[in-house]
Amino acid sequence: MSVRELSSADLVERAIDGNRRAIGRTLTLVERGGEIADQITELTHPAAKGSHVVGITGAPGAGKSTLTGQLIRHLPTLGLRPAVLAVDPSSPLTGGAILGDRVRMDDVAGDGGFIRSVATRGHAGGLALSVPGSVRAFDACGFDPVLIETVGVGQVEVDVAGAADTTVVVVNPGWGDAVQANKAGLLEVADVFVINKADRDGANDTRRDLELMLDLSHVSGHEDETGYRPPIIMTTATAGDGVQALWDAVTAHRTHLEATGQLEHRRAARFRYEVRSRLGTRFEASIIAATADLEPDGRSPAAVAVELAGHLLA
Amino acid sequence: MSAEPVIRIVLAKLGLDGHDRGIKVVARILRDAGMEVIYLGLRQTTASIIAAAEEEDADAIGLSMHNAGHLALAPAMLAALDEADLDIPLIIGGIVPDQDVPILEAAGVAAILGPGAPAEEVVAAVRNAVSA
Amino acid sequence: MSEQPRWQEHYDATHLRDVPFETMSGVPVDPVHGDEPLPGQYPFTRGLHAAGYRSRLWTMRMFAGFGTAEDTNARFKEILRNGGTGLSTAFDMPTLMGYDSDSPWALGEVGRAGVAVDTLRDMEDLYADIDLSSVSTSMTINGPAAAVLAMYIAVGEKSGVARADLAGTIQNDILKEYQAQKEYIYPPRPSMRIVTDMIHYTSAEMPRWHPVSISGYHIREAGSTAAQELAFTLANGFAYVEAALAGGQDVDQFGRRLSFFFNAHSDFFEEIGKYRAARRIWARWMKGRYGATDERAMMCRFHTQTAGVSLTAQQPENNIARVAIQALSAALGGTQSLHTDSFDEALALPTEKAARIALRTQQIVAHETGVTNVVDPLGGAPYVEWMTDEMERQAEVIFAHLDELGNGSILEGVYAGIDNGYFVGEIADSAYRFEREVNAGRRIIVGVNDFVEGNEDDQTNLLRIDSTTEELQRKRLETVKHERDSVAVEAALASLRRAAEDASVNLMPPLIDAVKTYATEEEISNAMRDVFGTYVEQAIV
Repeated sequence: MSVRELSSADLVERAIDGNRRAIGRTLTLVERGGEIADQITELTHPAAKGSHVVGITGAPGAGKSTLTGQLIRHLPTLGLRPAVLAVDPSSPLTGGAILGDRVRMDDVAGDGGFIRSVATRGHAGGLALSVPGSVRAFDACGFDPVLIETVGVGQVEVDVAGAADTTVVVVNPGWGDAVQANKAGLLEVADVFVINKADRDGANDTRRDLELMLDLSHVSGHEDETGYRPPIIMTTATAGDGVQALWDAVTAHRTHLEATGQLEHRRAARFRYEVRSRLGTRFEASIIAATADLEPDGRSPAAVAVELAGHLLA
Repeated sequence: MSAEPVIRIVLAKLGLDGHDRGIKVVARILRDAGMEVIYLGLRQTTASIIAAAEEEDADAIGLSMHNAGHLALAPAMLAALDEADLDIPLIIGGIVPDQDVPILEAAGVAAILGPGAPAEEVVAAVRNAVSA
Repeated sequence: MSEQPRWQEHYDATHLRDVPFETMSGVPVDPVHGDEPLPGQYPFTRGLHAAGYRSRLWTMRMFAGFGTAEDTNARFKEILRNGGTGLSTAFDMPTLMGYDSDSPWALGEVGRAGVAVDTLRDMEDLYADIDLSSVSTSMTINGPAAAVLAMYIAVGEKSGVARADLAGTIQNDILKEYQAQKEYIYPPRPSMRIVTDMIHYTSAEMPRWHPVSISGYHIREAGSTAAQELAFTLANGFAYVEAALAGGQDVDQFGRRLSFFFNAHSDFFEEIGKYRAARRIWARWMKGRYGATDERAMMCRFHTQTAGVSLTAQQPENNIARVAIQALSAALGGTQSLHTDSFDEALALPTEKAARIALRTQQIVAHETGVTNVVDPLGGAPYVEWMTDEMERQAEVIFAHLDELGNGSILEGVYAGIDNGYFVGEIADSAYRFEREVNAGRRIIVGVNDFVEGNEDDQTNLLRIDSTTEELQRKRLETVKHERDSVAVEAALASLRRAAEDASVNLMPPLIDAVKTYATEEEISNAMRDVFGTYVEQAIV
């Protein structure tokens, strides 16, 4: 029987058992949103144990995919079972997308990991709902850590950074890369910096630029509250250099979060954010329904809105 | 909220053949038709394609072949799908001589697209194969 | 100073072919028409030689290779009998990628798109009973080019031909593999070390050998525009020059051994402008930027092949007309050698008859049309000169981009462009634009999107590679492995590995030693993979 014909409960049971196709299907249903996605949330929530969620972001071409690929090869050798959620932009015109650069898994021994590509559009409710839902599904199916790879721009980044415990920002050597990362607001969200392609000229200059920016921003950064300063890790992802150092930095950040109570704090914030997003989605549908047939009747828009709000919240 | 679920298709080059002009054009055609294309790139194996199709919950698999290896590679892919008990259509694009078309169809290939197939034909072939 | 006396001196010193240089109606024609610049004069826009094809026609080089080495050997002999003057070897996919015929990767590919070469034994059979001192051989291989050249040297030695007497070209243009053809093994930088080792070795030891054929052909086939083909190819050329210069080599020495390979597509005048611009740009850069002083090191010598991608599976006989027009553009553009595609190649490997028609097509251009009587017959025509300038202008824009990307180094710019997906992205964009235009009917391809009556004709007489080839080749390999001295193989591979680890050692001598032990191509590639790593392309659409 195809997994596509299973009930939500049977599907999730199989997924939790580790059936790859069932996991794949579960993620599709989460992405599509709506009532079935809510059922999946109900079913996966109790099984989720709190996997470490790591966001990996940076400009296109910075080497995020290669770095993620090295991690997903390396982590199983540490006894971990990683999953990757790779987020790519959809075409704003057609909703279609080319999701590329899945890591080659055939040389990973045993139960390597799981990679899922998602487009930014075409999923009801958007990423603010589907990303936490997918993370929860991975968590329930025993994947830990869950890596979320995104291009560091715009709302996608906000949604994704909001979903991560630890955010890794990848930059390259060369003038301006650190400056660009700063402008894009990535400095604010970074828990760990990676200078990838560290074998290139200018890697040390970029490191110095980053250190300087961290020095300048320390009053408003995390450091002020908790004494944490984002480390800068040098990697050459194509050769696999620096991957263990990166993972050490990521786990050190997690330890720091736990020790300072930040983990609980961040996850509570995430919980609130998800509830808020869900409410938004629900109310948006109700608001659209309530205003669909509205005609001007001489009253002001403000008066109409106040009246309708009364009904909606009743 | 769109009622029609988005079609997700895995595209790949199986084996050593490095001719990727056609498959890249097809990837863009399908994207522009609103599909989500998971492009695996060159030098894939049947195992890597199956893994991707399962993890991505793909609705179809499209392979491009230009080295006259289709009579060996397409059946190998079908056998791998069978073994994985994965019931999704396989579409072959590239250079397939007319006389080989019935052989591949009989083996279970859902559609065969030759070089220069117009965009509408490519999109229709995928839609039909998925809804069949 | 007028070029005229210098041109006249060169022309008079040239040995001319013994044919009447007159029209079909018997009117004698001058070798060159129009004002300066003249052919054979820097920057060679109008041609490399003062007398053009009056002294020597282009080499009619037909690409052949399929099945086992013996099959291809028979085809080679057929080509030589038919008046072909050069041998061109196509290898099958496993050979091109550094895998043996018994590798799991080889399934369905052995002997299909070219000949299978696993060990020296195959190369011995491939060139059996052909006098290697009297033919020029072109080998289309890149990733494992060094091992294959080593095999060719070993075959020569065994048949009593010294390596100094071997003449030919090995494609060995690894940069365009990352950009277009995708037949790479190692990452770009170690691959460049292999290429520069080969340039160095052949410069010193093999004066009749061209160690790199810098190829735009595949860039164009992958979907680039004519200007992108021109610019990416020449930029790769500059990159090889910079790498060789960095290795302390003499630009006047190795510069003479570089050659190019372009595509002859269907836009007649664009193609002619492209070839003329190529010669001019190369000469200017070699002299101006890289300090060449020997004019021979400034000459852009090139081979041309008609555009495989332009051949249609529909109404395949129409391809004969396409090939004829493309071949004519190559002749008018002054190519040094030419391969004409067979009309059935959109469907399968060429049949013997189709390959013969293709050869006849260029013989017709050479001997019946009269275009070979005059050097650069189109030179001075306003449209042709404008097109040449326009090609150069577009190419210079791309060079400037790469120069900036590489902080003043084209070599670094090319590495960066490979790394950030610039080349593959540009090519994919151009390919998509073209397909959209065809799809929208804004470009007519006869038999494809218009004039389709007649498409229902049967495809008959296709060359089929018997699937027993694969089995046969695996058995041959097994026999060789059984008969060879495995201790010697291991020792040779170990010393190859050591040489790979030491960038100051030239890889050619240990490679020649290794192939002589009948180490397989995959074993040799793996020894180097151990040291250099392998390249995996990012899937950029």
